[in-house]
Amino acid sequence: MALKIVKGSIDRMFDKNLQDLVRGIRNHKEDEAKYISTCIDEIKQELKQDNIAVKANAVCKLTYLQMLGYDVSWAAFNIVEVMSSSKFTYKRIGYLAASQCFHEGTDVIMLTTNQIRKDLSSPNQYDTGVALTGLSCFVTPDLARDLANDIMTLMSHTKPFIRKKAVLIMYKVFLKYPESLRPAFPRLKEKLEDPDPGVQSAAVNVICELARRNPKNYLSLAPLFFKLMTSSTNNWVLIKIIKLFGALTPLEPRLGKKLIEPLTNLIHSTSAMSLLYECVNTVIAVLISLSSGMPNHSASIQLCVQKLRILIEDSDQNLKYLGLLAMSKILKTHPKSVQSHKDLILQCLDDKDESIRLRALDLLYGMVSKKNLMEIVKKLMVHVDKAEGTTYRDELLTKIIDICSQSNYQYITNFEWYISILVELTRLEGTRHGHLIASQMLDVAIRVKAIRGFAVLQMATLLDNAHMLTGNTQRNGICEVLYAAAWICGEFSDHLEDPLQTLEAMLRPKVATLPGHIQAVYIQNAAKLFATVLRAQEGVPDSQKAQETSQLLIDRLPLFVQSANLEVQERASCVLQLVKYIQKLQQKEVAVAEEVSALFAGELNPVAPKAQKKVPIPEGLDLDAWINEPPSESESEDEKPRAVFSQEEPRHTRPRHTEVDEKELARRREARKQEQANNPFYIKASPSSQKVYPEVPGVEHIPVVQIDLSVPLKVPGMPMSDQYLKMEEERRQKEKEEKKKKEKKKKKEKRGRGRKHESGPESEEDITPAHTVDIVTEEMPENALPSDDDDKDPNDPHKALDIDLDNLVVGASRRPLADSEKLPVRTHRPTDILKSPVEGAELESVSQEPKKKSKKDKKEKKKDKERKKSKEEKKKKKHKQEGDDELEEASEEPVQAGENPVAAALPATAPAEGFNLDFWLSNVPVPSNKQEATVPVLPPALDAAQVSEPEEHKDMEPEETKFSKHKKKKQKKEKEDKKKKKRHHRHHSDEGGDESVQNGTVEEEEPLPPMSNYCLLAENSYIKMVYDIQGNLQDGSQVVVSVIFENKSTSFLKSMEFNVLDSLNSKLQRPDGAGPHDGLSVPFQLPPGVSNEARFVFSVQSIVMPQKLKGTLTFIVKSEESSTHEKLDFKLHFTCTSYLITTPCYSDAYAKLLESGDLKSSSVRLEGVSMSFHHLLARICFHHHFSVVERIDSCASLYSRSIQGHHVCLLVKTADQTVSIDAKCDEPSLLGNVLDEIKQTFSMC
Amino acid sequence: MIKAILIFNNHGKPRLIRFYQYFAEDMQQQIIRETFHLVSKRDDNVCNFLEGGSLIGGSDYKLIYRHYATLYFVFCVDSSESELGILDLIQVSTIYIFMTVFVETLDKCFENVCELDLIFHMDKVHYILQEVVMGGMVLETNMNEIVAQVELQNRMEKSEGGLSAAPARAVSAVKNMNLPEIPRNINIGDINIKVPNLSPF
Repeated sequence: MALKIVKGSIDRMFDKNLQDLVRGIRNHKEDEAKYISTCIDEIKQELKQDNIAVKANAVCKLTYLQMLGYDVSWAAFNIVEVMSSSKFTYKRIGYLAASQCFHEGTDVIMLTTNQIRKDLSSPNQYDTGVALTGLSCFVTPDLARDLANDIMTLMSHTKPFIRKKAVLIMYKVFLKYPESLRPAFPRLKEKLEDPDPGVQSAAVNVICELARRNPKNYLSLAPLFFKLMTSSTNNWVLIKIIKLFGALTPLEPRLGKKLIEPLTNLIHSTSAMSLLYECVNTVIAVLISLSSGMPNHSASIQLCVQKLRILIEDSDQNLKYLGLLAMSKILKTHPKSVQSHKDLILQCLDDKDESIRLRALDLLYGMVSKKNLMEIVKKLMVHVDKAEGTTYRDELLTKIIDICSQSNYQYITNFEWYISILVELTRLEGTRHGHLIASQMLDVAIRVKAIRGFAVLQMATLLDNAHMLTGNTQRNGICEVLYAAAWICGEFSDHLEDPLQTLEAMLRPKVATLPGHIQAVYIQNAAKLFATVLRAQEGVPDSQKAQETSQLLIDRLPLFVQSANLEVQERASCVLQLVKYIQKLQQKEVAVAEEVSALFAGELNPVAPKAQKKVPIPEGLDLDAWINEPPSESESEDEKPRAVFSQEEPRHTRPRHTEVDEKELARRREARKQEQANNPFYIKASPSSQKVYPEVPGVEHIPVVQIDLSVPLKVPGMPMSDQYLKMEEERRQKEKEEKKKKEKKKKKEKRGRGRKHESGPESEEDITPAHTVDIVTEEMPENALPSDDDDKDPNDPHKALDIDLDNLVVGASRRPLADSEKLPVRTHRPTDILKSPVEGAELESVSQEPKKKSKKDKKEKKKDKERKKSKEEKKKKKHKQEGDDELEEASEEPVQAGENPVAAALPATAPAEGFNLDFWLSNVPVPSNKQEATVPVLPPALDAAQVSEPEEHKDMEPEETKFSKHKKKKQKKEKEDKKKKKRHHRHHSDEGGDESVQNGTVEEEEPLPPMSNYCLLAENSYIKMVYDIQGNLQDGSQVVVSVIFENKSTSFLKSMEFNVLDSLNSKLQRPDGAGPHDGLSVPFQLPPGVSNEARFVFSVQSIVMPQKLKGTLTFIVKSEESSTHEKLDFKLHFTCTSYLITTPCYSDAYAKLLESGDLKSSSVRLEGVSMSFHHLLARICFHHHFSVVERIDSCASLYSRSIQGHHVCLLVKTADQTVSIDAKCDEPSLLGNVLDEIKQTFSMC
Repeated sequence: MIKAILIFNNHGKPRLIRFYQYFAEDMQQQIIRETFHLVSKRDDNVCNFLEGGSLIGGSDYKLIYRHYATLYFVFCVDSSESELGILDLIQVSTIYIFMTVFVETLDKCFENVCELDLIFHMDKVHYILQEVVMGGMVLETNMNEIVAQVELQNRMEKSEGGLSAAPARAVSAVKNMNLPEIPRNINIGDINIKVPNLSPF
């Protein structure tokens, strides 16, 4: 045997290994491909051999070839073979290869499930590690589903090496299988406090990733992270946490308040730039979220900006880059503080590094004002000229347009200047953004009526010089502007100086070289121009001229009629026929101008971009329904021509134009039909066919701008826009002077005060625009829907992870959930895999005797030492269940629905972390903050979890049993033996104890009545007070009393003062400086009928006894005629229950606790309790702050902890209306009191 | 999340590629080419961030790279990773916080790493990388921990090899003897030099 192995390896040494392959490739530089193909042949041979070492070697080589770009997916099966080798060396090679080339489409991945599972549970930690690493790269939804449970088990592995990997891979599992998030979350949360820093940082990592996408669900973890932030020294973790806080603060402004101090401290103290940067980033986020409220946040902003300036001024380009990046975030909310660093940013524009220049450009966007826009753009234009490389220049171009057009051209005071800037931009070589310039031209010309005259003249020049733009074929992008130019000239042709010349320019033969869609616009607008020319010429006695114009068209158009482009051809021939007809009429001396103009009559209004979307769908219209029978699939040829058409004119169908047109069309379809009977234009393609009639109101008001019309396209040496810059400056100067004069006059009248204005810089408002610009607002359909539910990517994988985790961790808000707020519960939990589906099935099938039988079954199972047998049994059951499923499909739904009420009980069982968070947030300055409204209850949206899928658990089931077998060996304990076994049985899946209540019995279907912990404190005719007491987790000596004050009277209640007579044991916390007998003023007033809540913090020393405190509330009742002083006495009852805090407990920890023997026991019996068991549990949980650790039939174990750390364990059993509670606690008197209180709770009902 | 880690040399030859998001082989090569194209034309004294190429992701992604002598180390990350933090992960030494995990670990494991090590031991580099980054997320930043784990695994591999692997080892030792036509001294030059302008760390 040994000989064989040695022989095998001797064979092997003549095979090429990876190094040989690499060396070979390097030696065959000329014919690399050929060499590699022979190598691949060799590898194929090697893969056919039995020897796993040879195979592994071959796979290793394949991995290398894969890097070089060779597809190695054909060897996928061999890779799986190598993965399943028992030797670590080969396994590692196999997993590496798999991680490099497996993906969701690889079909052999299905074969790996069991292998991976075996490796995950391997006793060798490195086998496990390698499997986890590999899996992280190729995990598929199926793998994630099947292995989620195994990985979850690994999260509590003894070796941190495995733990951290398991924690980290959970993120991938969540992505692929979102349903696993809820069950895994408690354990994940637990890992945040893992003793190993690596595991901790992995957990932080995962939660940060999750929270980045769905921050609201992780708000409740804020206190924990806060603790980590203040305690951790690992900067990597710190950075992550600070980043996470950055995502959380927008949701909870109070969090920001709490954060700002430690963060500013960090900013001041840290020497690590990366940490500083993240702190600054988060402070910025905080400040954004706080944008109101905090009075002194300008100091923090200043600090940030200062620090950023240091970063930007640093010689290190990286820091400079990041500084600019962070600056742009501040810019959004506090533009003023950034604007003061304009010099620095303009300086960065000159940086040699493109990344930095781009960042600086981003910043410019927010720095412009009416005052400096022209100046900044001028600077940018210089850069445009200097810039080498088209990408940067294009970026500049878009930025210029962005800056100018932002917020509806807010900063442009002189549109002539802007048009000339646009015209200058058309001179750019080889830009891709011609269409952007074009759409700007169109936009401005359409929406700024006053500028049309000027724009038309500029465009006419542009058309005249079109050869300069089109001269070079490479400059294709820019000829888009001709599209705009032609359209503007045609549409607003009334403003043309010499329409005939423009008409001529538009019909030059060279035009035929332009792209089709532009030619089409040319022709359409030539027709419009023709109409204008006709109108002008008809009045003139010499009719010859008009006929010449027609002749011009008739001569030139045939060129376009022959165009290869359908659109051009069609339009050209239509126009041609029309003109021929007109010419005929002209020869008969008929006046046609009026009628021709009528073809293009009509006012244009811009339509808002979203208008189309907002048109409400009329009732009864189903857009998805087929109008005709759906075509059979074979008719694919039908679609082709359509595609061709739309491809041909991609630019053409820019929505604005089409919408304009469609709207117009609809309105005057009738008129048109008559006039254009012989003019079958493509409706969609013609950008406009209306022309402004002179009688349109408003046109007369357009100020006529006096411009030197001979301004050529290029002024040598001096760009045209500069003229406007100068003009504008002069104009402003003039205005200023005028103002000064006025002011002087004023000064003369009123002495003094004027000086400041005079010398100070002119403020924004002082600059009046050159001409009154009426920016036409965009049209919206009449009954547009206001909602803005636009841009959410439905394919985002993170959407599925938007799962509310709060109720899972602790339960929901302090208020009991109403029936409508029921939380759905996942039914697929591994817990239920073993139990509920099976039992449920039995319940359904055996109908009447469910409990006894299943109990028996369980007992049998437990006694049975041979697990195989029980496995078989389970399998049988599984089959049974499957059968049942089919049979009782109908009954399934009610069952599922029935589970919801159980869930509804869950939140009530635990005290809310929502509350804890609330408390945590509000307890900073205790007295001043107590009036803070309760945190909005996080919406219980658990869509993802709602899905119940019984099927897949079946695969997991056997595995599950294996584990439990493994675990079970360890445990023995007499009294609760039975229970414990059960518990271990589902140990791995059993997280937050509350979930295990789910295994439903029929009676649970009834919904729980709403419960409230608030009980009456005192009441009189004016006011009613109810209160609730909650322990404070953070501080073992504090409890918080929340009191709701309700004004029952019709008068106004004010100056309420709350005072309590302190006892030795319990004291009301008063603000510093207040005497021990001073009352606390309630921080609000109550209008009639209103209620509000205030919180008071008490410090307590001993919590083992209940106690009562006497107190008084004084207040002033103010009615219209009088105000009276009133007073109300009350007794605050601190029960022992109120010192308990719902704390989830894992069943294994619970078992250990019971075993420890430190606990004293006590018990109590309740007779005649008629409520259902789950109802009863919910009650105990809710009123006495317990959480269910585990529940089996009519027996449940509960756990709670006091604020001072006493453990309280209950075992609740019920039989025939009798409930027996066995309890254990390390403090007997506390336990006695708690039991008394429980008894009392049930005696009341 | 890290989307991809690429190491290629001054000529754009890939030395290690690790994608955490699936791309077909030809796409991978295209990404490498594009990235190389973007990165190689940048001066050494400009910043180490690049707005992402068009191929991986959109604007949410950034390329963070570092140039060591003959090799480019490029991390393609989305916005959740702190830009500077990732850089520390690639880069040589920071005075305070994170060890410059990856390269320094390579350096330790190969004893003065050079491009040749990466060329001939791509698999080993992968194994080291696996201990630093897993599934696109940073797994460990403590270098000693990483080196320890890598070495433990190597030791395990050796012990598994045992007797049967001896002949092969011998042969490969012989092969390696007449190996380097290329001198071994193309060490990644400044690998142990502290980057001066990052001294504020």
